[in-house]
Amino acid sequence: MSFKLKSVILGVAVLSVLPLTVWAQQTGYPGGADYPFGTPASKADIEAWDKDVRPDGMGLPAGSGSYKAGAQIYAEQCASCHGAKLEGVRDQNLPQGGGPALIGGRGTLNTPKFKQTVESYWPYASTLFDYITRAMPYTAPGSLKPDEVYALTEFILAEGNIVPKTAVMDAKSLPKVQMPNKDGFYPDNRPYPVKRYD
Amino acid sequence: MDDNPIGEAVAEADVERALEQAQEKCEAVFRPGPRQTNEQSDCDCKEGMFPQGKLGTSSRRAFLRSGGLLTAAAAIVPVKALAQDASGDAPWSMPGRIAKSDYGTRASFEKVARLASFGGTSSLTPLQASTGIITPSGLHFERHHNGVPTIDSAQHRLIIHGMVDKPMKYSVEDLKRFPSTSRILFVECSGNSNAASRSASQKTAQEAHGLTSTSEWTGVKLSTLLAQVGIKDGAAWVLAEGSDGAMLSRSVPIDKMLDDAMVAYAQNGEAIRPENGYPMRLILPGWEGNINVKWLRRLKIGDKPFMTREETSKYTDLITLTGKARQFSWVMEAKSLITFPSGDMRLPGKGFYEITGLAWSGRAPIERVEVTTDGGRTWHLASLQEPVLPKAHVRFRFPWHWDGSEAILESRATDQTGYVQPTKAFLTATEGVGPTYHYNGIQSWKVAADGSVSNVLQA
Ligand code: HEC
Repeated sequence: MSFKLKSVILGVAVLSVLPLTVWAQQTGYPGGADYPFGTPASKADIEAWDKDVRPDGMGLPAGSGSYKAGAQIYAEQCASCHGAKLEGVRDQNLPQGGGPALIGGRGTLNTPKFKQTVESYWPYASTLFDYITRAMPYTAPGSLKPDEVYALTEFILAEGNIVPKTAVMDAKSLPKVQMPNKDGFYPDNRPYPVKRYD
Repeated sequence: MDDNPIGEAVAEADVERALEQAQEKCEAVFRPGPRQTNEQSDCDCKEGMFPQGKLGTSSRRAFLRSGGLLTAAAAIVPVKALAQDASGDAPWSMPGRIAKSDYGTRASFEKVARLASFGGTSSLTPLQASTGIITPSGLHFERHHNGVPTIDSAQHRLIIHGMVDKPMKYSVEDLKRFPSTSRILFVECSGNSNAASRSASQKTAQEAHGLTSTSEWTGVKLSTLLAQVGIKDGAAWVLAEGSDGAMLSRSVPIDKMLDDAMVAYAQNGEAIRPENGYPMRLILPGWEGNINVKWLRRLKIGDKPFMTREETSKYTDLITLTGKARQFSWVMEAKSLITFPSGDMRLPGKGFYEITGLAWSGRAPIERVEVTTDGGRTWHLASLQEPVLPKAHVRFRFPWHWDGSEAILESRATDQTGYVQPTKAFLTATEGVGPTYHYNGIQSWKVAADGSVSNVLQA
């Protein structure tokens, strides 16, 4: 076969394949990563919302807080719903009828009078920081600064006899806090073997 | 022949009487004062099957109070026309309201409603009045941790970031350009039936089990979205965060996200209702309601669970027998419930009744539902309404001829894994008396000889 003939055959082959390829791109679902919708999220977009904190400390911001500072913020912004002694409040005039107790209940989890609180039940101190940052105070969530949240975390944990009142809470110390019920959880073990009835 | 035939034979006299009543009724509408008290005795109806209380009742009094006749007809027809002529036609057999183009509403006589909890953090679906499998959006249960936010969908954004190659931001309009998917799915709060695990003090199916509903959800598959951002090696968990006041967040394993998760923007053919996550929410078929994060604004890909408050302090299942708690118990196990007859109804007399109810499982399609009318001594296969959809409510039915003596009605569901809905006794023996999430014990309704139906604990 001459070179020329080969090129002609190749040319025809290429031409006959080309339109097919084009056609294939124009119908059906592109699939994969080929949907050019939405806009890239900027660093600023992400930073504005990226406030979650993990047990290993990932996400903890700069700052620190003491028991004394925490006690004051607590009295001003939390006690009305959670009680001066962190014992919880039941009052129909408050949102949700008041806030739950934050301390107490150690040793009750295996009894019919179980009482689940930050002190008795929560496995990680990071959850306290994370939750207060995002969700409390109930009527103004997201309004507290990192220093204030560190202070509140220290105050609540100290009232629950988990850390000393002299401790200072920051990105280094918080992940080291050992919660009393840290080993109280296990992954889902269902379904139970349930008897078939036939 | 049954003693309690359905409907009534028509006699001349009935027509006469209906005519008179219609006249009275119309007068009552217009005449204030003592005359209205007559309405109380004006009940030859079959409403006895339904609760006497505020739920699901549509007495004639309510019917008149609602002003249905007035608003529908009075504007167009003179009062005289309402007061009947000799033709024997009902007062509504006359020119009706002409077409309107705005959003439709149900008949003014229909009063079935959700029931809000103390504190307003939830409202319950009126399951006792349910038919078929779809819950109307306006009756879908709600549960929220700091109220229902008012979100402008034009300004709402979903950000996907973390262990990804290309962090992205999506508006509702962006999501609508993606290939869409629709599924009919139940959503059930894992705290549903919690109180029923300990007592029979909840009177109705709604009060005892109303935190479950079924909708058609439409949106974009998470696998499609994750393909856009590109997940990095080692990614294992996704934090899903809502934009409500509670900023509710949960950790979801990436396998579930890639399997059948979707970001939904529509419910039953229209935008999701505000209380159910407008303008977008996460849908994780078969998994506890709480993790189907509503008002979704952020998905962060990571390598470990984030251990948020809703997967530590809450939505973990303390087993009081051991003092230890089950965590990451997402699947809603097989469960069923007789919705008719059910608590707080009254059967008018012995005879034929179609027992009906709902069954669902978050693990596998429902394989069968059995019904007992003698408290579990004998079980009968119920028929399942097609289509039997996986991870959706399934409607079951069983024909029953009530002989007028006391009866205990129960149903139990089996899914295709072979899992059988357990008894309360079984669950108490395995878990103790906990702050029960995921309670799926068999529900018993007692029909007393006088036809009244009540919630009872299993023997
Ligand atoms: C207006 C009342 C109110 C105020 C003020 C308030 N809270 Fe709360 N708090 C609540 C309610 C209600 C809940 C339960 C929320 C839910 O159901 O999801 C709660 C829950 C909590 C929890 C979780 C408890 C648990 O066991 O899961 C913590 C921790 C908490 N609040 C800390 C605080 C702190 C710290 C402040 C002050 C900065 C504060 N709260 C102010 C009402 C309030």
